[in-house]
Amino acid sequence: MNQKIAGSPLLTVRNLCVSYRSQATTLRAVDGVTLELSPGEFLGVVGESGSGKTQLLLAMLGLSAPGAEVTGSIVFKGQELVGADRKTLSACRGARIAMIFQDPMTALNPYLTIGTQLTEGVRHHQGLSRAAARRKAIELLDAVQIPEPQRRLAQHPHELSGGMRQRIVIAMALICEPDIVLADEPTTALDVTVQAQILTLLRDLRTRTRVAIVLVTHDLGVIAEVADRVAVMYAGRVVEQSSALQLFAHSRHPYTEGLRRSIVPLEGPLPERLPSIGGNPPNLAALPPGCAFAPRCAYAFEPCSSIPPPLTPVSPGHLKACYYEGPLGRLGP
Amino acid sequence: MTEVAANAVAPALEVNDLAVRFAVPGTRQWLHAVDGVSFTVARGETLGVVGESGSGKSTIARALLRLVPATRGTARFRGSDLLALEGRTLRAMREHLQIIFQDPLASLDPRMSVGEIIEEPLREFRPALDRGARREAVRAILGRVGLLPSQLNRYPHEFSGGQAQRIGIARALILQPALLVCDEPISALDVSIKSQIANLLKDLQQAFDLSLLFIAHDLAAVRFSCDRILVLYLGRVMEIASRKALFDTPRHPYTRALLQSVPIPDPLRARARSGVPLGGEIPSPLTPPSGCVFRTRCPFAAPRCAAEIPHLRNVGDSQVACHRAEELG
Repeated sequence: MNQKIAGSPLLTVRNLCVSYRSQATTLRAVDGVTLELSPGEFLGVVGESGSGKTQLLLAMLGLSAPGAEVTGSIVFKGQELVGADRKTLSACRGARIAMIFQDPMTALNPYLTIGTQLTEGVRHHQGLSRAAARRKAIELLDAVQIPEPQRRLAQHPHELSGGMRQRIVIAMALICEPDIVLADEPTTALDVTVQAQILTLLRDLRTRTRVAIVLVTHDLGVIAEVADRVAVMYAGRVVEQSSALQLFAHSRHPYTEGLRRSIVPLEGPLPERLPSIGGNPPNLAALPPGCAFAPRCAYAFEPCSSIPPPLTPVSPGHLKACYYEGPLGRLGP
Repeated sequence: MTEVAANAVAPALEVNDLAVRFAVPGTRQWLHAVDGVSFTVARGETLGVVGESGSGKSTIARALLRLVPATRGTARFRGSDLLALEGRTLRAMREHLQIIFQDPLASLDPRMSVGEIIEEPLREFRPALDRGARREAVRAILGRVGLLPSQLNRYPHEFSGGQAQRIGIARALILQPALLVCDEPISALDVSIKSQIANLLKDLQQAFDLSLLFIAHDLAAVRFSCDRILVLYLGRVMEIASRKALFDTPRHPYTRALLQSVPIPDPLRARARSGVPLGGEIPSPLTPPSGCVFRTRCPFAAPRCAAEIPHLRNVGDSQVACHRAEELG
């Protein structure tokens, strides 16, 4: 499925910007993001609302909202996707790059049977016959561990539970054997016991099919469960990027550090007060001239308020966008 | 608190055998959302109610606030049965029983200024207060929740989710209620804001000696905020225990599975776990399993579990509704 060329990324994002212009202001939802994705890699993108994480995913599919101005470059297997024509994008979408949305009920059409929705993509993209597509659908339902796959094909989404629906959406994403699956908060709408099931499923599917997955979430715990590498976003920018192991062992950006420390442990000693990041989430319409996190940062000093810090390596494979070089451990301004 | 003192002081709220059922339109079926739930909230205590969607946790809150009718049961609160009050006495009781909601912006009237929103309960319940006294009370509570007097004339849409939740908390506390119901108070907030609001609720609870009913699905939030925790599944209580007992020695198989399902924010430990803690999903409340409602997903289910409903009983420091709690240790 994936041609594995050593060292060559599957997807390269360079200086990507997604802006929305209104009369008075320009909002930069994504502001100069540079990322690479290798074949079979599990990349986690973590950020809060307004961090640009969903906008980044949509841009990868050429699905930015009308009125969005997308600049920079997204190269997928040698092909530029920014500014590509509809035909190129349609050939890519669903077939080579597939998407899993947060809410399975909105992603599925309530009027159509599971079978019709599941086979639509593979019949369109691969020209399979009805019978062949059906066999493929059953195979996929089996792969996402849905019991009685034959019977499901005739059912409608409302007849299934939330967890089952999300499994169907995952099967839909995988049926054309894509190179990349983009997943936008795929477990946020699910209960915690079902979330654990779906995360295990995504991990297993990646191992079995070597599909590359980009998973966007606000939950660092989810990242720790599945991601090989992590990009932390704040106000449209990547502020830290490293392997998941490195990020949880030695995060180097004050924002990442704040997020990590505000997690309540389920065992061991419990703090009397939770360490928390002070202030409020950034307003994209009125960002400070320097680092967007500076107003909430305990380590901010002079240079932080002038120019946004660039993403620079701190060790091999570990990047951060922060001028502060000292030890972390303080919180709040 | 010593044993004697604990017995001498009546709890702030004592719920006994609460049941809520809804008629399913177009059928003769009943949906049993809450089925025989009993618990107490001591004065100054935070009781957590945790469960997944469909467990009935929000229905308990709504029934206590009389937003949905209870089918059965009693709720002792300030010397009377909350569920039996009507008309004027019910309205008067609302002064002592307040709620904060999950979606802070949706729970604030967009046409009212922040000052008007926070002041409104005083106009309703303290008509004797003059304008100056009301303003003073609003300013006092504003400081407690971390908002600025300069924000009084602004409107809800000008605030972020965390700030809007502070407004909702100020409105709920201005009457100094005896019991505050928090329905998922921090789950809709951004990660960096959650801990601010969790800290604030804890501070206010200590300052006002509040009793809190804290409804949540997030176990980590519950561990930080609650003194005791009730675990709900399909409308029934599975376990009630102190925070320490619940997190250190969970007794019910469902409680254990819940704890094991929470993602671990440490890649090494997260990946060392094998298998899925709990398969399947919560069954339809229209056709709940016989006996123990959890048995269809329980790895320890025995024939007895299908035949007999387990009742809450003391096991160690916890109350557990499981036939096999002792042998599972």
